Amino acid sequence: MVGCALGEPAPVVIRRAVRFLDQRSGTAPLIRKALRYVFPDHWSFLLGEIALYCFVVLVGTGVFLTLFFEPSTEHTTYHGSYGPLAGSEMSQAYRSAVDMSFEVKAGLLMRQTHHWAADVFLVAIVLHLLRVFFTGAFRKPRDLVWYVGVMMLGAAMLEGFLGYSLVDDLLSGMGLAIAYSVVLSIPLIGGNLALLLWDGPFPGADTFLSRMYITHVLILPVLIAVLLTIHLLLIVARHHTQFRGPRASERHVVGTPLLPGYAPRSIGLAFGVAAVLILLGGLVQINPIWQWGPFETAQATNGAQPDWYLGWLIGGLRLMPGFDVTIGDYTLVPNAFWGGALFPLVVFAFLFAWPSLERRITGDTAFHNLLDRPRDNPFRTAVGAAMATWVFCVFVAGSSDRVAVWLKISYTAQIWFWRGAVVALPIAAFVFTRRLCDALREEDAPAGVRIVQA
Amino acid sequence: MNWLVALIALLLGRGRRRHAVPPERVVAPATQRPGAELVVIALLALASLSALAFVPIYALDSLRHLQTQLFGLSLGLAFAFLSAACIVVAKTLVPEEQIVDEYSEPEHAYEQATVEQIVDESGSRFTRRRLVKLAAGGAGAALGAALVTPAASLGPFLDVDQLRRTAWRRGVRLVDSDDKPVRAADVSTKSFLTAFPEGADRDAVGSPLVVVRLDPDSLELPVDREGWAPEGIVAYSKICTHAGCAIALYRTPLHEPTSSKSAFVCPCHYSTFDPAAGGKVLFGPAGRNLPQLPLMIENGELRAAGDFSGPIGPSWWGVRWGNQHRS
Repeated sequence: MVGCALGEPAPVVIRRAVRFLDQRSGTAPLIRKALRYVFPDHWSFLLGEIALYCFVVLVGTGVFLTLFFEPSTEHTTYHGSYGPLAGSEMSQAYRSAVDMSFEVKAGLLMRQTHHWAADVFLVAIVLHLLRVFFTGAFRKPRDLVWYVGVMMLGAAMLEGFLGYSLVDDLLSGMGLAIAYSVVLSIPLIGGNLALLLWDGPFPGADTFLSRMYITHVLILPVLIAVLLTIHLLLIVARHHTQFRGPRASERHVVGTPLLPGYAPRSIGLAFGVAAVLILLGGLVQINPIWQWGPFETAQATNGAQPDWYLGWLIGGLRLMPGFDVTIGDYTLVPNAFWGGALFPLVVFAFLFAWPSLERRITGDTAFHNLLDRPRDNPFRTAVGAAMATWVFCVFVAGSSDRVAVWLKISYTAQIWFWRGAVVALPIAAFVFTRRLCDALREEDAPAGVRIVQA
Repeated sequence: MNWLVALIALLLGRGRRRHAVPPERVVAPATQRPGAELVVIALLALASLSALAFVPIYALDSLRHLQTQLFGLSLGLAFAFLSAACIVVAKTLVPEEQIVDEYSEPEHAYEQATVEQIVDESGSRFTRRRLVKLAAGGAGAALGAALVTPAASLGPFLDVDQLRRTAWRRGVRLVDSDDKPVRAADVSTKSFLTAFPEGADRDAVGSPLVVVRLDPDSLELPVDREGWAPEGIVAYSKICTHAGCAIALYRTPLHEPTSSKSAFVCPCHYSTFDPAAGGKVLFGPAGRNLPQLPLMIENGELRAAGDFSGPIGPSWWGVRWGNQHRS
């Protein structure tokens, strides 16, 4: 049986809709092109899409949360249905977040789905970034796409941090105390900058919560949406990259067209992402804020961990040996700066600098539409592996306190181990990865399949 | 000849709507799969059922204790079935096609040159170009500065002295979290006690204290702190000098194989301070000792005998400036 007969007219509704739109916007040629836009096939190209769909879920659930959350530091006494907190003094912000979880039907589902979506959002972004790095997809003409993507990573991390800081439970207050200290530690201007942002010394004036709130629900989401739009438009303008293949070349892109092949796949992925996030939100508890209690400056809890994407910063803060850099009575670099500010700055500077750095090191200024397999570029892959190892070691070091509880290994010993490992392991990773790439390439060579790099 | 045909086609085609149906198939032909269609229909039906279940779950109060889980299942499964339906469509019900398209031109040299030319020629009436550029740049910078100035209203950023201000003065009573005065007899050697200055803001970084009793013979306080620890009771700021968390752990009684001294530990980054030696850093990232508060005992109640030995809370550029007691 062959598909519908040649020239059979399309359904009337579609014809009418297309005509309506075209006569008013003149976009039929554009739509025609868009429908046959080519998506090269590779599973790893879906990571960015997962991030995109997480963002959609975040906006959807986030809007619901704003309808119940009260960003107010005003004091109140808890009289809700959660017994252990009865009679506790707390801020309206915390009270409304607890009420949202217990008194609002489907409120807890939305809150937990929102939190899970944020965590998965950042997982997807980071994996997407690694894919783009190790395949060289960031090279000209897509370096601009990369820069915008790195900016989104930073914005997403800050957005996530502000999200869980808004709740004003004990954990969020501890996180803010650390953030305040890191800002305070910035050389030359830190003391002034922290006073400016917090509107006074920690815990800050009432205005501070309003500032976090508007940044979380408006400024950063709009910024991310704008960057996302630029990111996607630039991709469309230059088309996707692709791996080498029989017909794929630097001039021709080969793949599945948006319609009919790609659209159901991508929509299926969107629904799949929503399904996973909602199932997590409904079935797997995350950030049970009622257990932490309201924040007080004088309170802290042991074993506190931030959301995973800030784990590398807590690791950096914990690993640093205890010293401030001073010149006489002047404190040039307070300790929190190293792990909390300089470390992420170096990582982000590396991410921003790499495309031009690689151009300069290799002298390769050509346009690239074809991707490298990681082994095809041993130097880049080795540098990436070293950087990833560095950040990952610091990240793992941040969980030493949990490891100490689980495996009964002395915390102090672990920290000393990691202080050495964060230097040694990246170097080892560099050497090992380079060798591995060479070995893999040698294995490829006899078959003669590998196409010589242009 | 070709251009003639094109012209005729253009003239004839003018004003006339183009044929709505392209002359040949655009999408590759493929065989039909009634079986797969049935699967899709079944999946869509399951998605509908899961989604519809949301309403009764919402309405039935008897489900209260499982509601979040059931919401998640109903909505999550509805999306999961939809996703499965889409994937079945993608795998079996759309024609398999691999099409080829051209990457866009790497660059457009002619247009680039033209843009440059347009910009250049647009300014052809100007004669003092550099001066105008300088003036425009100056105006831009000045306006930018003016527009940024209101940001100074965000907070009292010049008054850095408030970073070191605390409510502790000689004679201020120590009270616990219920506002009850702390008595010397309440302070034990086994655990610490959190105290606040009577009548002051407890959430200020300079307010909370950790108070413990030590063996007076074990004290190794700096020489200028004589009499700061009556009966061996010492008080320190509860806020870690590293990153501002509350020091909520006290390492005592000791587990001899692993720890040699009683210590305050901050649970955020595990800075460890020695209460017997004036708050000296024993381990961890803190770059400054924990500020100590001199104590005195009046009628059995603890009172401050002055302000801290040094600035409280996390460090900043001026934290060591003009301290009488350098910490």
